Amino acid sequence: MSDDLQTLIDSLPDLGGAVLVTLEMTVGGAALAMIVALVLGFGARTRSLWVRGPSRVVIEFFRGTSLVVQIFWLFYVLPQFGFKMEALAVAIVALGLNYGAYGAEVVRGSIASVPTSQWEAATALNLGWAHKVRRVVFPQAWALMLPQLANLLIQLLKGSALAFYITLHDVYWWTDELQRDTRDTFFSFGIGLIIYFVIAYILTWGMNWLEERAKRRLGRGTRPRLRDVLGLKPGVPSEVARVKGGVA
Amino acid sequence: MNDESIWDWDTAWAVLPDLLQGLVVTVEATVIGMIIASILGLLIALAMRTPTRWVRGPLRFVVDFVRMTPLLVQLVFAWLLLVDIPPLAIGFGVLGVHYATYMSEVYRAGIEAVPPGQWEAATALNLPRGRTWRAIILPQAIKNTLPGLGNYAVSMFKETPFLFAITVVEMYSAAQRFGANTFSYIEPLTMVGLLFLLVSYPTSLLVRRMEIRLA
Amino acid sequence: MTSTTAGDVPAIEFKDVVKRFGDNVVLDELNFKVAKGDRVTLIGPSGSGKTTILRLLMTLEELSGGLILIDGDPYTHEYRGDKWVEIPEKRRRVVRNRVGMVFQQFNLFPNMTVLQNIIEAPVHVLGKSKAEATARAEELLEQVGMTEKRDFATNQLSGGQQQRVAIARALAMDPEILLLDEVTSALDPEIVADVLEVLRNIAETTDITMLLVTHEMAFARDVSNRVLMFDHGQIVEEADPETMFTNPSHERTKEFLKAVLG
Repeated sequence: MSDDLQTLIDSLPDLGGAVLVTLEMTVGGAALAMIVALVLGFGARTRSLWVRGPSRVVIEFFRGTSLVVQIFWLFYVLPQFGFKMEALAVAIVALGLNYGAYGAEVVRGSIASVPTSQWEAATALNLGWAHKVRRVVFPQAWALMLPQLANLLIQLLKGSALAFYITLHDVYWWTDELQRDTRDTFFSFGIGLIIYFVIAYILTWGMNWLEERAKRRLGRGTRPRLRDVLGLKPGVPSEVARVKGGVA
Repeated sequence: MNDESIWDWDTAWAVLPDLLQGLVVTVEATVIGMIIASILGLLIALAMRTPTRWVRGPLRFVVDFVRMTPLLVQLVFAWLLLVDIPPLAIGFGVLGVHYATYMSEVYRAGIEAVPPGQWEAATALNLPRGRTWRAIILPQAIKNTLPGLGNYAVSMFKETPFLFAITVVEMYSAAQRFGANTFSYIEPLTMVGLLFLLVSYPTSLLVRRMEIRLA
Repeated sequence: MTSTTAGDVPAIEFKDVVKRFGDNVVLDELNFKVAKGDRVTLIGPSGSGKTTILRLLMTLEELSGGLILIDGDPYTHEYRGDKWVEIPEKRRRVVRNRVGMVFQQFNLFPNMTVLQNIIEAPVHVLGKSKAEATARAEELLEQVGMTEKRDFATNQLSGGQQQRVAIARALAMDPEILLLDEVTSALDPEIVADVLEVLRNIAETTDITMLLVTHEMAFARDVSNRVLMFDHGQIVEEADPETMFTNPSHERTKEFLKAVLG
């Protein structure tokens, strides 16, 4: 065990770089996924069949063909068509497209859950389409999206472990190296999994914080000022809760 | 590789039998994995309802740990650790345990969705606790969980290619092996992707239909 | 004031308006005019097409046929030669600025405070400065008795308070025409009076053309100068409120009023 610890300490300098690679894939993949999700999610809601049809096809294609196949296809097959990407770019593109397609369903569903009456009220105030989406509908849909997006982000982080098989030196690679050096599977993989777990936990906290913030903007959270205000009228909170429950 | 055209139909036909053989393993892993996940998931969900914190706390941690770490790394971990067990069995087990953590959430939500009036009616009839669970709560809860089960089955199907990492020759590794032997990756890797789509898309349509019907 | 004098352009004109939902014809070649400054109440059984008229005026529903003119300007569709064509959104928006609406369910934006709800459109649609819009909003909040709720989140308000904010929000756009769609139906009985008082006040102090759908017959009688009785998408009777409520002539009107007034 003390040998294990010594080996672990020796391998720590590599860990920083490995975590960085995993984070680069996660953050880069998530950013790309968000763009893909927004484009396809809104595309899948338009009235025009020429936009909706292709959006649906792309969503179903990337959902249906398995991340594993996609990442290796981009790595082994795409270069044969003359597009050669760096391994990190392959990982980010594959993760972004795959989870973007899942995210598109989340975006579409959340936008659809915002009551039509909100669109109508915005029309009655003569707001333009982009303005309606940006200022009225999206902020409400965003709060609905976040828990599901948080879930997808963790899935994406987990999927990024595949990158080891396309030569990237990520956390899984570091774990594998440690296993080779120590010959102690339980020790090395235990630590590797804990590192993934810690990253996942931090990401979850971050997403929870975003969700709290989004809810607060909808007046559903609790901030001290609000509690002061509610304190004046003890009847209000339960009334609010009842109205909210009734609407939802 | 062929110079005139990138895609070679002969290669495509040659790899197809291997892929279909792999598909059998893939489906097998999905079915057995889901059976394990369904049973274990229910047990976890029930255990989470015990009043003692000393059970719930550690269990919660284990479930979160499994759920939030990569399936791929878990597979290789178990495979390296349990050298005497055939890789395919390890695949079934790890897929099952990983998805059991998802399924436990589905069951929890399903149980919570049973209206409190059902519990109250059972109490009013003085039914014993075990009977209440078996005859009243679970049948209703399990109906609520069917769409979730379907969705996770489709999802697991698409994650079985991770088994390539532990030498199980499922559909994806059949394609990769063929590619490595013949130095032509285009046909096998493209076809394996399309085969995944061919199975998972209709299945997910069925699940959506079931979701609408049960809603 | 009751009827349009010749040569005067009506605020609202429906010409052979048709509205179908699938096979269900809700409005069948409906014609009517509303003069500037008129306060018109639409009454009739549910499903008679009253709310559809307001929703068509707000472009929340697509017209199936005919024309709607606002101050004589085509609004949603027009004839180009013989062809009945849709007017593009850009031109609709010019006309839509003259129309405002208050909804049954208030429809305040939950992601904005009371003040933000009111100044959003004046700033971003009318191009007012924030200071100007805020000053006007404060004026309106005072008018509806909501001054101290200026910075509240909308779901901290009761239904009646939300509706008063919604009225202020609609008025902040300085509409020429105000559509009121069963604005008290979602409220508890004891707060209905407050909201009606606000509306009465607006009716007395402005010359906004109002079109209201309501079940509050006493209020309709107070505020409006014309009442239209609808049934099956057609106007079956039209009269001043006094005549309509005390001495209706049409059999359907009598039945309907008997049912709602008891």
